[in-house]
Amino acid sequence: MTEPLKKPPRKDPQKRTVSPTLPPASRSRKALGFLVAAAEGRFALQQCDDCQTVCHPPREACPKCLSMDLVWRDMPTGGELIAETMIRTSTNTYFRERTPWRTGTVKLDAGVTVMAHIHGDVKQGARVRMIARTDKSGKGVMMALPEQETDKMADDRQLRELTCDPKHRRVLVTDCRTASGQALAKALSEAGASIVFAGISEAWRPYQGAASLTAVPNVEIVPLDLTDTTSVKELAGEIGGKVDILVNNAEYVRPGGALDRDDVVTARDEMEVNYFGPLRLMQAFGAAMRSRGADGVNSACAWVQISSVYALANWPVFGCTSASQAAAVSLGQSLRGELAGSGVKVVNVFSGPLEEDWRQPLPPPKVTPQVLARNIVGGLQQGLEEIVVGDVAKDFMRRFREDPRVVERELTGIEGI
Amino acid sequence: MSTTNAELLGGLAAALGNGGIRIVDLTHTLDPDFPVIILPPEFGQCARFRVEEVSRYDHRGPGWYWRNFSCGEHTGTHFDAPVHWVSGKDLPNATVDSIPAEAFVRPACVIDCSNEAAADEDFLMTPEVVQAWEATHGDIPDGAWVLMRTDWSRRTGGEYLNMREDGAHSPGPASETIEYLLEKRNIVGFGTETVGTDAGQAAHLSPPYPAHFLLHGAGKYGLQCLANLDQLPPTGAMLICPPLKIKHGSGSPLRVLAMVAGDGQ
Repeated sequence: MTEPLKKPPRKDPQKRTVSPTLPPASRSRKALGFLVAAAEGRFALQQCDDCQTVCHPPREACPKCLSMDLVWRDMPTGGELIAETMIRTSTNTYFRERTPWRTGTVKLDAGVTVMAHIHGDVKQGARVRMIARTDKSGKGVMMALPEQETDKMADDRQLRELTCDPKHRRVLVTDCRTASGQALAKALSEAGASIVFAGISEAWRPYQGAASLTAVPNVEIVPLDLTDTTSVKELAGEIGGKVDILVNNAEYVRPGGALDRDDVVTARDEMEVNYFGPLRLMQAFGAAMRSRGADGVNSACAWVQISSVYALANWPVFGCTSASQAAAVSLGQSLRGELAGSGVKVVNVFSGPLEEDWRQPLPPPKVTPQVLARNIVGGLQQGLEEIVVGDVAKDFMRRFREDPRVVERELTGIEGI
Repeated sequence: MSTTNAELLGGLAAALGNGGIRIVDLTHTLDPDFPVIILPPEFGQCARFRVEEVSRYDHRGPGWYWRNFSCGEHTGTHFDAPVHWVSGKDLPNATVDSIPAEAFVRPACVIDCSNEAAADEDFLMTPEVVQAWEATHGDIPDGAWVLMRTDWSRRTGGEYLNMREDGAHSPGPASETIEYLLEKRNIVGFGTETVGTDAGQAAHLSPPYPAHFLLHGAGKYGLQCLANLDQLPPTGAMLICPPLKIKHGSGSPLRVLAMVAGDGQ
């Protein structure tokens, strides 16, 4: 059993905030394939397409037959801890600040033996369940977990370095006028967030669910309008130093592509919310979060951007909205680069059509606010950087990974419309 | 001996200087969080007032502070030109840039409906209310603005639009009142403290939105989101309300001022 994390005490105002330090970050270009899978929560290893040998660490050529055809494949996650050690000192600053650190050697069912971080609840010589995640350097690492769930195992301090668990953290949800925002606030509160700041724009307009939102424990209503720079800056001025997780769920969705419209008024509104919205948030909240990536139990850890999956390949039925969300995804890539080394993860959530007013004519399956919220909270608890929600989005992603250009052609063909 | 026009202006200048004539500001501050009219979501919407800083004595401009602002033609305290409504679309001089400037400086008649609006948020000002006012203060003169005082400008937040599931609830004029002001009187325009010249539930009147439809169809103007009407006398105030000279503009945010007789000499 893991010792439960205690709610962190209030910050000592005389203590300097700890600067983020990093575990080793250098990887070969080939090795980034492991990182890509880890960010999605997949455990993938290189396998030789010619002789089927599985290898790790990542290589340029097959160690057995020298073939160059090494491909990343999802592998069984089982294994056995065959040796372990407790690191008590290190020349690496990151580990030096975090000793003792449990590490060991795991013989994988997939056929290779690997070095991995070891969860505190794994018994010596026990069967383990491997996960691949991104660490504070943003690079892929392995961790061996107990095969069966143990009590409070998410509180393991080594595991928590890899996850973005909302427990004891303070979360900003940017648009709680919506059902999705309200479901997120509730789910985050239930996951142990110490405060959920619930952004409400235009308080002069009533919205559905206001009473139940304010009844959620630890929810604090804050004025926030992503289309208004002043509003975003004012809120950051108040709470910018204590937002550990930022979930941007605001979206402006309207049907129609370029030829369906006679003006750019709606497109501007889309850009104001879907693109300038996250940009304003980044400018107001990003720097403080970047500086707080190692700030204890409630360190800043995740920037969550929710987009339609059609941000990745345009669906002309919602052509202009898709374009504005594509801009936001690109901006998120920039942010990931700007936050690199801070320990704050950029988490992309790609959702299928949400169950909401503007997508009312679309056929099921659709993503309910509760399912969206559950997937996001689950993804944060797991430490993922890419969360795909709903059957439509999952099917899209499977095909997108096979060949994005085929998806693009399908969506923009006659049958796509 | 009659006063010459030049003397009249000189007297005005003197009165402005010594407090004989005071200026009352009838304008709300342009604030990003000030309510705008809300239409059904599938229609185009009124842009909110927004500001982006260009520089503030910094690397973007070391010695100066300036900003870009954006808004709709009907954001904040604003002026409605006849072309704003379909009924006025073909009238001559119906856009803010073509309206003769004389229309922007005219006397104002203020009809106090604040008690009625406090008692009934959907209060409609009937012709009888106007006639009762005229019985006391005299007929509304040619070329005057009629301003409907409701003290609605004191409301803030959700109370201002007062939106419910069946729409906004705020006072305004009855259709017959607008007809009376157009047919029996010759007003230059009609002004309110609410977000529009019409009542919150005016979509259900006949014609829908009578103030917009009838006023603009007759080439008259509208003023809305006015403030401080409680500081104006029922008659005798001079309204100054020039909109921005926007090419083909349907309206414009503006500063609305009133000259009133003061306590000075």
